[in-house]
Amino acid sequence: MRTRHAVHCINTEDSLRCALHHINTHCTRLKRSQPTARKFTDKHEWILVEDGVGTVGISQFAQESLGDVVYCGLTDVGTNLKKMEEFGTLESVKAASELYSPLTGQVTEINDALADNPGLVNKSCYDEGWLIKVTVDVPSELDELMSEDAYKKYVKALEDS
Amino acid sequence: MPGEGQRPPYLTPRVLLLQSDAPHRTPLYQFHRDHGGKMVEFAGWSLPVQYKDSHIASHLHTRQHCSLFDVSHMLQTRVHGKDRVRFMESLVVGDIAELKENQGTLTLFTNDKGGIIDDLIVSSTSAGYLYVVSNAGCAEKDSEHMQSKLRDFKAAGRDANLETIEFGLLALQGPSSARVLQAGLTDDLSKLTFMTGVTTSVFGVPGCRVTRCGYTGEDGVEISVAEDRAVELAEKLLENSEVKLAGLAARDSLRLEAGLCLYGNDIDETTSPVEAGLVWTLGKRRRAAMDFPGASLIVPQIKGKVTRKRVGLTSTGPPVRQHTPILNMEGRVIGEVTSGCPSPCLKVNVAMGYVEPEYVKAGTGLQVEVRKKHVDSVTSKMPFVPTQYYTLK
Repeated sequence: MRTRHAVHCINTEDSLRCALHHINTHCTRLKRSQPTARKFTDKHEWILVEDGVGTVGISQFAQESLGDVVYCGLTDVGTNLKKMEEFGTLESVKAASELYSPLTGQVTEINDALADNPGLVNKSCYDEGWLIKVTVDVPSELDELMSEDAYKKYVKALEDS
Repeated sequence: MPGEGQRPPYLTPRVLLLQSDAPHRTPLYQFHRDHGGKMVEFAGWSLPVQYKDSHIASHLHTRQHCSLFDVSHMLQTRVHGKDRVRFMESLVVGDIAELKENQGTLTLFTNDKGGIIDDLIVSSTSAGYLYVVSNAGCAEKDSEHMQSKLRDFKAAGRDANLETIEFGLLALQGPSSARVLQAGLTDDLSKLTFMTGVTTSVFGVPGCRVTRCGYTGEDGVEISVAEDRAVELAEKLLENSEVKLAGLAARDSLRLEAGLCLYGNDIDETTSPVEAGLVWTLGKRRRAAMDFPGASLIVPQIKGKVTRKRVGLTSTGPPVRQHTPILNMEGRVIGEVTSGCPSPCLKVNVAMGYVEPEYVKAGTGLQVEVRKKHVDSVTSKMPFVPTQYYTLK
């Protein structure tokens, strides 16, 4: 249960990633493109962009720290979020943890499965336990987020401190 | 030891350490780390918030089997001297004189304004002293409070002394705790009822003070054990597969389901025992004599009026936490939540808080304001989960 799900995306060079962003954002009518690599915020959300829409969730480190998620409160579809604006809360028995949008965009979908089964966030934080989908309004914001490697180092530093 | 030397007895190493910045370590600190404890700072102490099991699993294990908690951070004090009962009664609301030998009670230190300085357990022991356990978060002020009263008491020619003891304190809590413990005792636990104690050997560790009490609502004991034998005792208890380690997270959700107050959240120096629903702690004789601190303010509240009362609340939907506003159905704020969490046993949100007295009747429909949204809530009797104390009644 605790194993990290395979990152189903290609590991590209930065330049290629930029090109993909461009295609994702400006050429959405082109045939379905490959997703970019998963990116992370310093508040432990991840985002994976595919076809100009970002899927957002929380990291393995975050779900482990939070413990059993028993309630998931998410904003409504259609909400316009600014980068790092709060879009909901995940709650365990002992604590509430606010969720922050990695990017500026509009919420296009929320994960309805979490209403009845919030524990999916623990079981599958990178896949079935995703939280919301948002449009990518300012693609350059993606570059301000951490790569998976950078995030791993960030978490390691937190654990060691 | 009592009466010894020039150093004020309250300036023990333990209390001195509480004044420094680094969190204090219990005798089980390394033991916790070795067992995967996630250490956090609590009331100046480094303690495990949970171990490898999830919070909910640990909580439910305690209700179904039993769990071992390290509560060595609690302040343990012995009160010696021939006037010790009278001294203790000058500080607390309870009838200490009526305690039978080896019987204990929950009581309160109150101030002259009728507020609660701390809640504590006072036990009479057959060894000629009172055994007192009070909160770690209040350790400094409790020590100073007791010491300052003691000076006046002694100046009046009376005989009492305080001894802070450097002991570990282990709580074994849950329905199978007595069965687990019995294997390590020559004493018959079926005769040790709720809130009574005995000094005995436990699994070969001598000089343990075993008190049938706890903070989970379950049957169980707290064992005061010499610091250098605490790990050995914990290991012996853990040998039984019924027993798992549990941390602060489970301790808090368990006590909330049991409707028990957390000092600093649900009671403090601004809440009176009457507001807090702790009238039962006020000894009958003490009420009549009105001879405890704050009695002139507290006693009239029993039959008179208070502006707020502690009440239980349940709701579904978003969890209700401390400082959540409580509103009546018309939307007027009538109080505030002092602690709350989703109940692992009941699968609803449980909380306690203070509301205007006309809303305390169980079953009253109210609202709580969670993240600017009003959520229906209903007042509830406490405990939320029935307690299982070994009372033989």
